[in-house]
Amino acid sequence: MTAEAPAPQAELGRARTRKEDARLVTGQTNWTDNIVLPGMLHMAFARSPYAHARITSVDTSAARAMPGVIAVFSGADFPDQGSLPCAWPVTPDIVIPGHPPMATEEVRYVGEAVAVVVARDRYSAADAVSAVEVEYDPLPPVLDMRAALAEGSPKVHPAGNKSFTWEFSGGDVDAAFASAPVVIDRTFRQQRLIPSAMEPRAVVAAGAGDEYTVWSATQIPHILRLMLAMVTGTPEQSIRVIAPDVGGGFGSKLQVTAEEVISLLVTKKLGRPVKWTESRSEGNLTVHHGRDQWQHLRLAADRDGRVHALDVDLLADMGAYLMLVTPGVPLLGAFMFPGIYKLEAYRFACTGVFTTKMPTDAYRGAGRPEATFGIERMMDDLAAELGMDPLAVRERNWIRHEEFPFTTIAGLTYDSGNYEAATARARELFGYDTLRAEQQRRRESSDPVQVGIGVSTFTEMCGLAPSRVLGSLSYGAGGWESASVRMLPTGKVEVVTGSSAHGQGHETAWSQIAADKLGVPFEDVRVLHGDTQISPKGMDTYGSRSLTVGGIALNAACDKVVTKAKRIAAHMLEASENDIEFSAGRLQVRGDPEKGQTIQEIALATFAAHDLPDGMEPSLDSEATYDPDNFSFPHGTHLCAAEVDTETGRVTIRSYVAVDDVGKVVNPLIVDGQVHGGLAQGIAQALYEEAVYDDDGNLLTTTLADYLVPSAVDLPEFTTDRTETPATTNPLGVKGVGEAGTIASTPAVVNAVLDALRPLGVTDVPMPCSPENVWRAIHNAGGQGNGGAQ
Amino acid sequence: MPKITVNVDGVAYTDEVEPRLLLVHYLRERAGKTGTPVGCDTTNCGACTVQLNGVSVKSCAMLAIQADGAEITTIEGLGNGGWHPLQRAFNEEHALQCGYCTPGMIMAAADLLRTNPHPTNDEIRQGLEGNLCRCTGYQNIVRAVRRASEAGAAT
Repeated sequence: MTAEAPAPQAELGRARTRKEDARLVTGQTNWTDNIVLPGMLHMAFARSPYAHARITSVDTSAARAMPGVIAVFSGADFPDQGSLPCAWPVTPDIVIPGHPPMATEEVRYVGEAVAVVVARDRYSAADAVSAVEVEYDPLPPVLDMRAALAEGSPKVHPAGNKSFTWEFSGGDVDAAFASAPVVIDRTFRQQRLIPSAMEPRAVVAAGAGDEYTVWSATQIPHILRLMLAMVTGTPEQSIRVIAPDVGGGFGSKLQVTAEEVISLLVTKKLGRPVKWTESRSEGNLTVHHGRDQWQHLRLAADRDGRVHALDVDLLADMGAYLMLVTPGVPLLGAFMFPGIYKLEAYRFACTGVFTTKMPTDAYRGAGRPEATFGIERMMDDLAAELGMDPLAVRERNWIRHEEFPFTTIAGLTYDSGNYEAATARARELFGYDTLRAEQQRRRESSDPVQVGIGVSTFTEMCGLAPSRVLGSLSYGAGGWESASVRMLPTGKVEVVTGSSAHGQGHETAWSQIAADKLGVPFEDVRVLHGDTQISPKGMDTYGSRSLTVGGIALNAACDKVVTKAKRIAAHMLEASENDIEFSAGRLQVRGDPEKGQTIQEIALATFAAHDLPDGMEPSLDSEATYDPDNFSFPHGTHLCAAEVDTETGRVTIRSYVAVDDVGKVVNPLIVDGQVHGGLAQGIAQALYEEAVYDDDGNLLTTTLADYLVPSAVDLPEFTTDRTETPATTNPLGVKGVGEAGTIASTPAVVNAVLDALRPLGVTDVPMPCSPENVWRAIHNAGGQGNGGAQ
Repeated sequence: MPKITVNVDGVAYTDEVEPRLLLVHYLRERAGKTGTPVGCDTTNCGACTVQLNGVSVKSCAMLAIQADGAEITTIEGLGNGGWHPLQRAFNEEHALQCGYCTPGMIMAAADLLRTNPHPTNDEIRQGLEGNLCRCTGYQNIVRAVRRASEAGAAT
């Protein structure tokens, strides 16, 4: 058979609609909470109502007697329950307190698990939770980071309230500040956020003897398997972890949770399958939170806007314990505070502080949004101080496109970028000059509704991460990713990836890469992921790493298939291997178009193995593990126009332009979607969301009525576009896009609000820029609102 | 225990239910309609939206016994064996990422188009205010609903 393979349209760059959607739009989904197993029991947790207390007794007898209850356990019933892991001991002297999945002696945040009820159904389990009698001896809560570090503060842990201080510096910072004509000194608050993936967490555990399966709504099935083995002492080879359809993560499911560990321990103890599904209220209390920093920033500059040095001093709220990567999150910001700018001196210090609140950990962007907010706020404040245009100040300091590769003062080498091009495009789409003119008119007429323009020219480090760099930062694992390609006898293809999608669209994008590389139809590729038995090796999905690390692993695995197919084709076609050309799925002899084989024919011939080269293994399958040499550095220019009603404090986003440079694009539909969703989350931090604890340490924002995840009416229509400066550090030229929108948009929006209000004397509005916070900022500055009642 | 009879996606079910059983738990755990998920416990997120006698309801905000005698359509029955124009439009406009809010979003959008067959973008945003999505920023959801309305989804 020598039929021509159909010449496929280029797959890379094509706006393919997603394969995943077929099950998602029709309800044929496989969420963890859907799973029902014979004999399955339901778990519910009794949780601490105190922010800080000593447990004096736990009496489970009444709960045990409730109808439908099979068992009730407290931490004391699991003497070997272990300690939840922290994989990132950032300094040699870091304090990592023990973190039992169920507290036995002391509780340190409201919602900490104390006992678990196991019952025949979820309603009976919930009923019995209220019958678990726990007596507490309340201790003083520790809620404010600054107060926590003060002499005489109550202690969260016996070792005190400081976990670590991590420092970095480059250049002569003190000299730069001593000689600087302009110093901007600011303190910003990064409020605490709740990630709020739409699917609440859920776990099912089952098995016995040497075979256990844990289904979890997780981003990290591979890491979870390893950690479950280490925490519970179950042999790693006896644990299979499956991440079925997972309804969003945003970092919140990059965690090894108490509930996952307890599920496995309970199923081992009872010999029955168990399920736990959280309620939203439970989740707001006990899914790790994000951000929560005080940022003290100083910037040294000349009067012409040239920035020389930046000094960053952070307090980062760890919450009550260090979870999987808690202490590492603010340190990712250490590399990003210099942003896109050429600084001569830089100092970064971060102190991790314990409080009696839910631990913080990765939330979309993880350290980078905080850093980008800091530097982009400072650049706008510098522009205001000097009376310069904020874009002009940035241009004076940014790395010019001909200066790449460029090693920043933070030690990263940015391989590529074109900030001029992205900014020019954003300016054009935004109508920058027209909006400035309108702003001027409104200022002159003292319009009660003022307009502000916010700028954010950002970059980020994606593709986490080169393993050697992670090692130098004391992270407990590597940053590689794995992929394999199975060429089936019928010519169809199975791609196995160690990346674990939960909404990103890997099944579609990976199919496009394999189809492009192997020259097979997109429809013929099936992508398998999220099951440690099917995909035994992986580092999972976070840090905008899937495409830039996992996609490159797949690219390499496809190359291996083609290389071997060429050897087989040369043998079958009686030609020299060097004379075999591969294009669009066909291997043919150079100069003889009649003489060729499709890759599908090679796959079948390899399966039959009747006539392979001597000594060749009868397999066309391949596996590749890719460890990146460098991070990737997406960048972009975001411009926000906000209307601020100076009488009510209400902020309305009038227009938002995002021009992102994520390098080569595999699927523009998916890239735009990632940007949209990222913008929504960054805007939400700027305007709506905050996890609020009261003075006793009770979380007040336990529901979606109190914690304001924006709805469709709260967000504007976005204008998005791209420039394309390919990454030079990977063969696909890709950079990653999962976090860009979130990182860029928060400062763009807040800068717009401040740009509107500076004439009223307002220099800061704490996030979220709610009507109340904006109104207070105006009144504290002495302004009563332009034209408003005096 | 009280007995209810409901028709779900064209199939009649008669079951004894605890009076406190939420409709969404009845649908998921008794009728096996796991296409309808639960996203919150305060009726804010809308993930569990279904149609009850042709009108959208949040099935976490209703008891199963309140649905006695009702005809219920879930995301699994909306397309009547194929894909409803909204399901097609959500796919074509990339109006979903993780997909957890999608069943509720589509069921709410179907009700919106029933009452307003040709909504403006603002009317779509207002109409879907009770359904939260954390992935998409809503832009493509608005486009998808408009595309479906142009395709005559309401008829």
